[in-house]
Amino acid sequence: MDYKRILLFAGHYGSGKTNIAVNVAMHLQRERGSVTIADLDIVNPYFRTKDSQRDLEAAGIRLICSEYAGTNLDAPALPPDMYAITDDRSRTAVMDIGGDDRGALALGRYAPAIREEGNYEMLLVINGYRPLTRDVASTLEIIHEIETAGGIPFTAIVNNSNLGEETDAETVLASLAYAHEISEATGLPIKMTTVREELYEDLKHKIPDLFPLTLQYKIK
Amino acid sequence: MTDKVLMKGNEALAEAAIMAGCRHYFGYPITPQTEVAAYMAKRMPKIGGTFLQAESEIAAINMVYGVASAGFRVMTSSSSPGIALKSEGLSYLAGADLPALVINVQRGGPGLGGIQPSQSDYFQATKAGGHGDFRMIVLAPASVQEMADLTVKGFDLADKYRMTSMILADGTMGQMMEPVSLNYGEPTKYDKSWAVTGTECARPHNIVNSLFLQPDELEKFNFIRYERYKQIEENETMYEEYMMEDAEICVVAFGISARVAKNAIVQARAEGIKVGMIRPITLWPFPKAPMLKASEKVHTFISVEMSMGQMIEDIELAIRCRRPVKLCNRVGGMIPSPDQVYASIVETAKEGGAQ
Repeated sequence: MDYKRILLFAGHYGSGKTNIAVNVAMHLQRERGSVTIADLDIVNPYFRTKDSQRDLEAAGIRLICSEYAGTNLDAPALPPDMYAITDDRSRTAVMDIGGDDRGALALGRYAPAIREEGNYEMLLVINGYRPLTRDVASTLEIIHEIETAGGIPFTAIVNNSNLGEETDAETVLASLAYAHEISEATGLPIKMTTVREELYEDLKHKIPDLFPLTLQYKIK
Repeated sequence: MTDKVLMKGNEALAEAAIMAGCRHYFGYPITPQTEVAAYMAKRMPKIGGTFLQAESEIAAINMVYGVASAGFRVMTSSSSPGIALKSEGLSYLAGADLPALVINVQRGGPGLGGIQPSQSDYFQATKAGGHGDFRMIVLAPASVQEMADLTVKGFDLADKYRMTSMILADGTMGQMMEPVSLNYGEPTKYDKSWAVTGTECARPHNIVNSLFLQPDELEKFNFIRYERYKQIEENETMYEEYMMEDAEICVVAFGISARVAKNAIVQARAEGIKVGMIRPITLWPFPKAPMLKASEKVHTFISVEMSMGQMIEDIELAIRCRRPVKLCNRVGGMIPSPDQVYASIVETAKEGGAQ
C-alpha cells in the first residue's frame, strides 16, 4: 500500500482514529523509518496518542502532543513544535485529528502549508456501528462539518466498522456494503479496512486492503 | 448489520433518555459528561426537542424545575462540582414533588479535583443532595447497556413517585464504549394531573411550590413524602448477587469497581476462596436486606469503592455491624486494579474473619 508523506486521520469521535493512527505510524516506521506522530486533539482529554508514548518512543517514533495530554488539565493546547510536521519534509507524518468538526478546527492552522506541499492523504475513519454515522446521510453531514472546519478535503476512506469486543468476522463483512455506499456517495476510494489482528488471517483473502490493528492500551 | 451499536456510556444514556420520551435537556459542559450535552445538541433539534446550554448549572436545574412543573420528562447532566451547584435546585424539586432525571458522571474531588473517574459523590447522592429532608432514587450503572437501561428506569421511577432519580455514574462509565441494544417500547405514561398546564377554566388551579406558610402543613408533606420513600425501599431496591451461594467473603461494589471486583473474584474462586459479590444497582434505596441475610454466612465484607470509604458506612448499618467490613479503595481519579482487590480477598481469607 502506498502512502503520501502526511497522513491525516479524521472522523466522528469514537470512530477509532487514534488507535489507527498509532498502528499506521508503527507500520510506516518499520517500512521506511523517520516517522512523526502528532496528536491534534483539542477536544477529548482521554484516549490520546500519548497513552501509547512508551511504545511509540521504543519504536523510535517522534511524538508531538500537548504536554497537558493525559493530565488533569483539560486545556485545548497545542505545542509549538507541531510546525515541524510541515517544516520538516524529510519525515513521514501521521496526524491524529480530534473528533467531529470541533476537533478538526485545530487542523485549520496547519492546513495551508499541508495543502501547499500537496503530499498528503486526508483519511475519513468510519464505523457503521456508531449511531450518529450509521447511514450515508448522517456520515455526509459529518464529512461536510469536518472539511469545513479543518480546511482539507478528504481523499479516501478507512472502514473501521466494529462493535468493540463483540466484533467478529461477520461484523466486519456486514459493514462492507455500508462502506461502499459511503464511497459511492462521496466519490472517495476505500483505502483500507481495519480489523483487530486476531481477525486478520480469517479475513485477509475476503476483504481487499485489510490492515491489522493492535489495540492500544493506556500504560501507567 | 445487527441492531447493536457501539456507543459511549454518555451517548447511550442520552439516546435512552430520548427513547424514554425526554424532549427537554438543559446542561452545561463539564468533563467527563460533555458527550451527553453534545449528543443532545445534535439530536434534539432533529426531533423537535429542546437542547439548551444554560449559563450555569444553577440555571439548568431551575429550567428542569420549570419543565417538570409542566409535566414533561426532563433531564440535566453534569459532573461532581456541577452537581454540587445544582444541589439547591434538587432540594426545590423534592419540596415541590417534581419528577426529573439528573445525571452525575463523577470525577475526582474535592474541589475542582480532576477529570479522571471517581465514586466519591456517594454521600452527596445518597445523603446530602441538598438541604432539608429528602431522598433521591440513586441508580448505579456498571456497563454502557445499564447506562441506557437505568436511564429509562430512572424516568419511570421519577414519574411513578414524583421525585428526582439520579444516575450516579463515573468517568469510565461515561467514556467507555461498548456494544448496546436500545430496544424500548413506548414510554410508560403516568398520571400528571398535578401539572401546571393551564386550567382552560375547566379545573381548579394546580400549584407547584415548595413554600409552606404553616409549619404543621410543611410537616404533613414531609410525613407523606417519607411514606412514599418507605414504599420505594420496599418495592424498588435493585441489586445483583454474584457467586454468593456459598460465599464466606462478600465483596460489595458498584459501577466500575464492581467490574474490577468481578475479575478478582473469578481469580480468587480459581484458588478455592469462597468469595462472592453483592452489587447494589440502587444506592438509594440501599440493598440492606440481602446484606443482612449474607451476614449470617459471610465472615467478612469488603467494600470496594473509589472513595475514602463512603458506601462502607451503609454496609455496616445494613449488617448492623455484625461482621467486619474492610475497605479496598483508590481515590483521586485512580481505579482499583483486579490485583489489588484480589490481594485484599486473599488477605481476608487468611484472616478468616478473626479481627
